[in-house]
Amino acid sequence: MSAEMQFLVSGLTIGAIYALAALGFTLIYNASGVINFAQGEFIMIGGMLTAVLSGLGLPLWLALVLAVAGAALVGMLLQRLALDRARGAPVVSLVIITIGASIFLRGLAQLLWGKQFRPLPAFSGEQPLHLLGATLVPQTLWVMGVSALLMLALGLFFSRTLSGKAVLATAINAAAARLSGIDTRSVLLACFALSAALGAIGGALIAPITAASYEMGLMLGIKGFVAAVLGGLGVSAGAVAGGLLLGVAETLAAGYLSSAYKDAVAFALIFVVLFFLPNGLFGQRASERV
Amino acid sequence: MKRISLTLSVLLGLGLTAATQAAEPIRIGSVLSVSGPAAFLGDPELKTLQLYVERLNAAGGLLGRPLELVHYDDAGEAAKANTFVKRLIASDKVDVILGGTTTGATMAAVPLVEKAQLPFISFAGAVVIVDPVKPWVFKTPHTDRMACEKVFADMHKRGLLRVALLSETSGFGKSGHDQCVDVAPAQGVSIVVDETYGAKDTDMSAQLTKVRGSDAQAVLVFGLGQSPAIVTKNYRQLGIELPLYQSHGVASKEFLALAGAAAEGVRLPSPALLVADKLADSDPQKAVVTGYTAAYTQKFGGEVSTFGGYAYDGLMLWADAVKRAGSVEADKVRAALEATRGYVGASGVVNMSPSDHMGLDASAFRMLEVRDGGWTLVD
Amino acid sequence: MKLLDSRYGGLLLLAAGLLLLPWLAGNAYLLDVANRIAINAIIAVGLNLLIGYAGQISLGHAGFLGLGAYASAILCGSYDWPAWLALLSAAAGVALLAFLVARPILRLKGHYLAMATLGLGMIVSLVLSNESALTGGPDGMAVPGLVLFGWEPQGERAWYWIFATLLLLAIWLAQNLIDSPLGRALRAVHGSEVAARVAGVDTTACKVQVFVISAVFAAIAGSLSAHYTGFVTPGQASFLHSVELVTMVVIGGMASTYGAVLGAALMTLLPQLLSGLEDYEMLVFGLILMVSMIVLPQGLLPGLRGWLQTRRAA
Repeated sequence: MSAEMQFLVSGLTIGAIYALAALGFTLIYNASGVINFAQGEFIMIGGMLTAVLSGLGLPLWLALVLAVAGAALVGMLLQRLALDRARGAPVVSLVIITIGASIFLRGLAQLLWGKQFRPLPAFSGEQPLHLLGATLVPQTLWVMGVSALLMLALGLFFSRTLSGKAVLATAINAAAARLSGIDTRSVLLACFALSAALGAIGGALIAPITAASYEMGLMLGIKGFVAAVLGGLGVSAGAVAGGLLLGVAETLAAGYLSSAYKDAVAFALIFVVLFFLPNGLFGQRASERV
Repeated sequence: MKRISLTLSVLLGLGLTAATQAAEPIRIGSVLSVSGPAAFLGDPELKTLQLYVERLNAAGGLLGRPLELVHYDDAGEAAKANTFVKRLIASDKVDVILGGTTTGATMAAVPLVEKAQLPFISFAGAVVIVDPVKPWVFKTPHTDRMACEKVFADMHKRGLLRVALLSETSGFGKSGHDQCVDVAPAQGVSIVVDETYGAKDTDMSAQLTKVRGSDAQAVLVFGLGQSPAIVTKNYRQLGIELPLYQSHGVASKEFLALAGAAAEGVRLPSPALLVADKLADSDPQKAVVTGYTAAYTQKFGGEVSTFGGYAYDGLMLWADAVKRAGSVEADKVRAALEATRGYVGASGVVNMSPSDHMGLDASAFRMLEVRDGGWTLVD
Repeated sequence: MKLLDSRYGGLLLLAAGLLLLPWLAGNAYLLDVANRIAINAIIAVGLNLLIGYAGQISLGHAGFLGLGAYASAILCGSYDWPAWLALLSAAAGVALLAFLVARPILRLKGHYLAMATLGLGMIVSLVLSNESALTGGPDGMAVPGLVLFGWEPQGERAWYWIFATLLLLAIWLAQNLIDSPLGRALRAVHGSEVAARVAGVDTTACKVQVFVISAVFAAIAGSLSAHYTGFVTPGQASFLHSVELVTMVVIGGMASTYGAVLGAALMTLLPQLLSGLEDYEMLVFGLILMVSMIVLPQGLLPGLRGWLQTRRAA
């Protein structure tokens, strides 16, 4: 029993980070149709900047706030200075721009903050807790708690606020949204800021567990993308479910099958899901406009 | 289209021939993983090479000629290393090639240097680089095989005979895994749990939970970078009480910073460099390692790592051979390298021979234990 | 530029350039760069058929390349097969694999398709780095030289002629394919799949064919490059390499065979030209990628062509 619980807890922790990354993908995809390959770098900026600033002696909460704001700024700059200027370009070209941005941001981080790993102290100590035979560090609770709150807030934002509905409207039909008076360019900008902030929070949450480095965004970004697709691209609830499912599947695979092939298990899972549900777990079957 | 390719090839040609005017310097080529996943190895290696080429030049160079370092970054990709080695040989016409941070990059360079007949000193760990011996290929770090032997000998001494092996799926971890499995019986220990983890994994609790449920008496982790620190933290969180050993892959201050209090009690084999200040004054390596530590920290700040020490040894072994050969002619330098006896370096005392192109023995490794957030010699 | 539009004009022009190049770039290193451009160009030309004409993104083509490379490495190195047989088996094996996975994968649309190919590539690269008894693990394995019926190409120059010939052959094949009924059907699929289906085109069959062809291009290039380099590592099958291959096609100009060649040349040359920048290399490389896509969103070749036309008109 304790082994299963342990796998579940570990899986949900990493799954929560995947879910935050997946939500970031979903937001930008919904607003612009672009898969943002720089999403992983937002995670990296969040983790690195928090670690660097708190290393300079800033209190943790301030470091975190500044890091998230910094990432959001980078997200907005990416939208305004790069993607917005290539409006009307084929989507693939936009995707390549985000790949370029991802390489650029990694290069910049490496230049500014060096290549070594940077530790970040846990938010509230390292004394492990015991729960139903599983051991968990308090940071795990931070990861899961904050992620859950963020997802909840995001859900309310979309269903209860006018701005949230403007985002949804833009996603469904940008031209119609513009006609009904929504400033879709601002909506896009907000989506980039929001998705960068989500990624950055994820990065800061995971940094005490894994340490931050300029390369940390690479794998987390890919996994986030996988989670977003698994859940059904463009569906927020799907992104969360996809992230958690992926995290748990990986840990279970490492525990029961083969730790060497746990990533392969994750990708094989994708095949199975897509084979039976070509639009992901929660994706609607969209009818194609001809 | 043709004009574009013309312009590009002209550009390329210009960039390559620009730097060949000075008074016949001796050219040292290097290909290191200064960026990419192995950057934390390649970065101190490059800094060390730059620092000591500068210092050798300040002391008048070698054979009255200045030294010039031509360096390329392979970003941890063996295919890139292959191209850059060709570039060093064919375009830059270097006299020696140092580096190959990773075993993959080194092995991708081996056929080229063998064909070009150029001395080549690798900074990578795996035993395959020098076993079987290749005439032009040398290496400075201890082999992973020696690390396994050192760890198992220490376990055996403490009566820990059933070992759980947790290795990384990187080249370093895989090769270490294979060597450990190979030498375990000879060292009188048996591997009862054999698990792996990925270099970018963020949580190893699943694997460690299996270790906890086994009858292992000690655990050996074979990996590089931050993931062994994550294993160490997970290990303490799960409350596993068994003695924990790491490989020489984490022999740097960074490991202590990343693992924090969890590192307490961890044992690992390491070159003397890490404990420069704790060595006995009679220790032959004392002067070399304290000198290197002082020079490196003065120039770059931060902490020395054993990886930079490998680069120091590579450059100095070559410089030593050039002095003895009185020439940079490839075959003379090669012969002199092979005849190296009693060279005292950062990683140990080197005695090369035609059948041994690394020249270190088990005494080069010291067994360290982490106590009070620092290293302590335990043997 | 007009020459490029005619069917064989571009090919002749490129052939002339390829013939001249060894006299301009005499040393082994420059020829090596040329060879690597040719290898990448062959893959990019194949991938362009899939991306540019069938409108399908593959994020797993490095996996096919890796399979080709490792098939040659293992069959020739460990089992002493003749190189040509290993190469043909690699191509046939990859074709079979691509065919088997193509139907379920190509049923998917847009990013789901990209995801499935990404998964396929990931699994290939994981197998290559984990099955170390067979593949040498993450450190890779050595590959014997290419011996074709007693003849072995020695040095970069001999290889250059092989790769140059193959590149011309690849372009010729691709252009014939584009002008064939399959090519026309593909363009219809790219325009509107539903409309194409209504018009009686078996859209899935078309996509499967082109997916298999592009996979085989990658496998053959991989197999030969393994012999050429003398060494293979799992990194060649990695996701990042797949992304690099897609970038070549898009940056050169989608649906343009010579664009793919140009993109391959650029992506291969840039790291060599930027190598002096040390720590700034990634920064500048990323910036170049971004700026060129912002300025020429249709890709370099179509962009340049458009620019020339407007200048001529002015």
